[in-house]
Amino acid sequence: MVLSTTEAALTILVIAAATLLTRVLPFLVFPAHRKTPPFVAYLGKVLPFAIIGMLIVYCFKSVSPQAWPYGIPELLAGLFVIGVHKWKHNLLLSIGGGTVLYMIMVQYVF
Amino acid sequence: MKRHALKTAFPYTLPVLMGYLFLGIAFGVLLNSKGFNTAWAFVMSLLIYAGSMQFVAINLLVSPFQLAAAFFITLMVNARHLFYGLSMLDRFKASGRLKPYMMFSLTDETFSLLSSVKAPDNVNPKWFMFFIALLNQGYWIAGSLIGNIAGSLISFNSTGIDFAMTALFIVIFVEQWEQAKNHVPAILGIVITALCLILFGADRFILFAMAGILVSLSLLRGKLHVKESE
Repeated sequence: MVLSTTEAALTILVIAAATLLTRVLPFLVFPAHRKTPPFVAYLGKVLPFAIIGMLIVYCFKSVSPQAWPYGIPELLAGLFVIGVHKWKHNLLLSIGGGTVLYMIMVQYVF
Repeated sequence: MKRHALKTAFPYTLPVLMGYLFLGIAFGVLLNSKGFNTAWAFVMSLLIYAGSMQFVAINLLVSPFQLAAAFFITLMVNARHLFYGLSMLDRFKASGRLKPYMMFSLTDETFSLLSSVKAPDNVNPKWFMFFIALLNQGYWIAGSLIGNIAGSLISFNSTGIDFAMTALFIVIFVEQWEQAKNHVPAILGIVITALCLILFGADRFILFAMAGILVSLSLLRGKLHVKESE
């Protein structure tokens, strides 16, 4: 360990506090006893769809299309999850299967 | 009433159970490999409770001591949580004394679940949402403990196990896509984020993507045929 126990504990507390801040801030800016402005309420309705799209891209951020293996394992495993989920709607199969497929590809194939 | 809400909530959390067990185990294994035992895994998953940030936290724990850097890196990595709060302002109004925990536990996965499910008519929505959030954190803690213990007992190659998170988001995306009448927000989310990733690079794109999504959705207000009040 590089850090002492106290230093590691402090680091964890600071990370926890900063995480909490990002989660609580919107509720502090728009308190519950006041009516949420219609514009913010509109955002609350449409944002969830956009955010999941954003998160998927976020998950692929370290993939490099210019260097081997060109993101092929990510693409194949991603398509597998979409296809299998549309077909069966079985979460274990989609998530478990996709993850195992990806692990096999990055460990043995690519 | 609470028991009924718990029983009703459980099946909805199964996708997160899958994702969090995989991911939590991956986190626990990695943390153990850096010399941090089960107590550390438990405290981190209890207090921080943010999947991707806890992986970043492992890096911070094996780097020189720098509290300010840890603080600002966390703000950057978790800035996307601001969106979740914005989307939950109205729904958490009914949470009463459970609201502090609802805000604390608003992870990517809990948010996406809460935003895509609705409590059945005979279930108290306040407790239904609370148990979804609580069960999810339980899975996360369990996964990180299992991984940390397993990592100290056996060694196995866990490379690629973090794809569980990606798979979970793809599944949620597919489900949302099938429910949504208007696909413009979902497409915007992907296209704008991908463009920002190409333009600004992996370290800086997320804030630009958030800004781009906010601006474009603002401009489309009134054109998406979304009911603004319910």
